[in-house]
Formats: sequence, structure tokens, C-alpha cells
Amino acid sequence: MLATRSLVRGLQSGFWRRVSTSSAAWAAHTHDVDVIDCSIPQYNNRLDTPLPDVPFVRNLSAEQKKLKEKEKGSWTQLTKEEKLALYRLTHELSYAEMRQGSKEWMTVLGGIFIFLGFTGLLVWWQRIYVYGDVPHTLSEESMAQQTQRMIDMRVNPVHGFSNKWDYEKKQWK
Amino acid sequence: MFRAALRLSVSGARSLTRTRPQYTASIAARSYSHGKQETDEEFDARWVTYFNKPDIDAWELRKGMNTLIGYDLVPEPKILEAALRACRRLNDLASAIRILEAVKDKSGPHKEIYPYVLQELQPTLSELGIPTPEELGIDKA
Repeated sequence: MLATRSLVRGLQSGFWRRVSTSSAAWAAHTHDVDVIDCSIPQYNNRLDTPLPDVPFVRNLSAEQKKLKEKEKGSWTQLTKEEKLALYRLTHELSYAEMRQGSKEWMTVLGGIFIFLGFTGLLVWWQRIYVYGDVPHTLSEESMAQQTQRMIDMRVNPVHGFSNKWDYEKKQWK
Repeated sequence: MFRAALRLSVSGARSLTRTRPQYTASIAARSYSHGKQETDEEFDARWVTYFNKPDIDAWELRKGMNTLIGYDLVPEPKILEAALRACRRLNDLASAIRILEAVKDKSGPHKEIYPYVLQELQPTLSELGIPTPEELGIDKA
């Protein structure tokens, strides 16, 4: 009984809190996270949707509200800055900004190479300090004896190994 | 889904065969194996009528514009003029500028379309006081 209660208490605190409580309750607890309500139309920057469902800035300050009032009159009365401000109220990114791209790929590629290089160092260390000696049959002398035996046995005489050995001149072709 | 793909491919083929500004031609939106094909003029007229509705609301403007941009064509200046006037009735300057940006983006590699459209729309733009994205400096990121 006590064990399960402490288990629940443990679940409620720390890391598991976010998983175990609803987002509304979570928002009531802390104010660090912006809770996005996905059940209402959201703003989005999309090239194929020029006019998003909602304007970017929903809560207008007093002077922004005044600008919106001025928008109801003739647009020839607006200054260039005011027109730009109106655009930015409704849209976060212009088409040019949406198409911009970034240099993030260089960072990613660089990170990949760094980690590959580090892994290479680890593998090298492992080769030197972890792996034991290779078998003695891979020594020069042993390999020479093995090769000679393969030639004598006529290993793959048609197209392969012994085919490349000239038996008259006793040398490789 | 398949019909949409077919429509797009038919639209693309037809746009190459028109003689006069081929790139700005608005193309039949439906391709049936039988039944009447909508002509370009009918398509244009339909959309101009849509945007010319005197009491058009903001949702209809957004829906119309987003749908129009979804088609495989660059809208005719007369459709765009109707849309810009609809923005004026709705007191929405930002959408008017956005429409111009969308047209430029929609022309893709055909760089001559956008200046042509601006040229055709110039009287409307000056009358309503709509700046082009270039004037505001938002054409460069």
C-alpha cells in the first residue's frame, strides 16, 4: 500500500510528470512551456498557402490596433513603414524568407565527420591495445611456404591462382 | 487523387499550345474523357465572379486564393485584380501584398510572368495604394 503510494508520488514528480499529467494541469504548474492548442486553426508559413488561417500576431497592442483602424481608410494614406508593419502583423515570414534555406547542412556534415573521425581513433586504439597478435601462419615465412604448397598442388589451374604461375620459368607470369 | 494528377498533366500540356502569353494562360481545371471541357475564358470568368462578390468574407478570400494557387497555372491578371479588390473590401492590405508574392513564386523559373502581371495590375495597384513586395523590400530575405 505504502509502496504503491510512493511509486505514484515518484511518478508524479520529476521527469515523469510531463507524461503522467494532462497538459492543462502541467501548464497550471509551470509557465516555462508554451502550450499550443492544436484544436484551433494555427498560423503556418507555406509557399502553397499564401493566406494562412489566422494572422501571425493575434494580440494587438494599442498602437497596432490604431494601425489596423487606419488600414480601413485609403491605403494611399499609409506610409511605407506602416504598410510593412501591417504585412508583418499578419505574416511571420515573407516568401523570400521562406525560400531562404540555411547553412545548417554544413554544421550537420561537419558533425558527422567529427564523430566518424573520433570513431576512427577509437578503432585504431582498439586495434593496438585490445586485439592480440595475429596467428603465426600470417608471418612472411609461413605465407611463402603456404604459397609454394598451393603452387605445387595446382590450386585453381585453369583461370585462378596456379594459372598465373609460369611452371617452366618458375616465376609469376 | 489520380484525377488531380491527370488534370495537372493536361493543364501543363495545354499551356504549351496556346499562342498568346502562354505562361499566364489559365487552364481548364477538370479533364473528363467525355463531357464539356471548361475553356480558359470560362475558368477566368468563374474566378473573377468569385472574387467580385460584394460581400465576400475573409474565409472565402483565403479559401479562394489558396485554392487558386494550388492549381498548376499562374492566374490571369483580371482574376488577381478581382482578388486585390476583394482584399480592399475586407481592409486587408497584408493579404494583397501576399497575393503578389504568391504570383511571383508561382511563376517559378519563368521570370517574365511576374513583371507582365505587375504591368497589367499597375493601374489597380496605384489606385488602391498597394505596394509591391519590391517596394517594401521583402522580395529579398
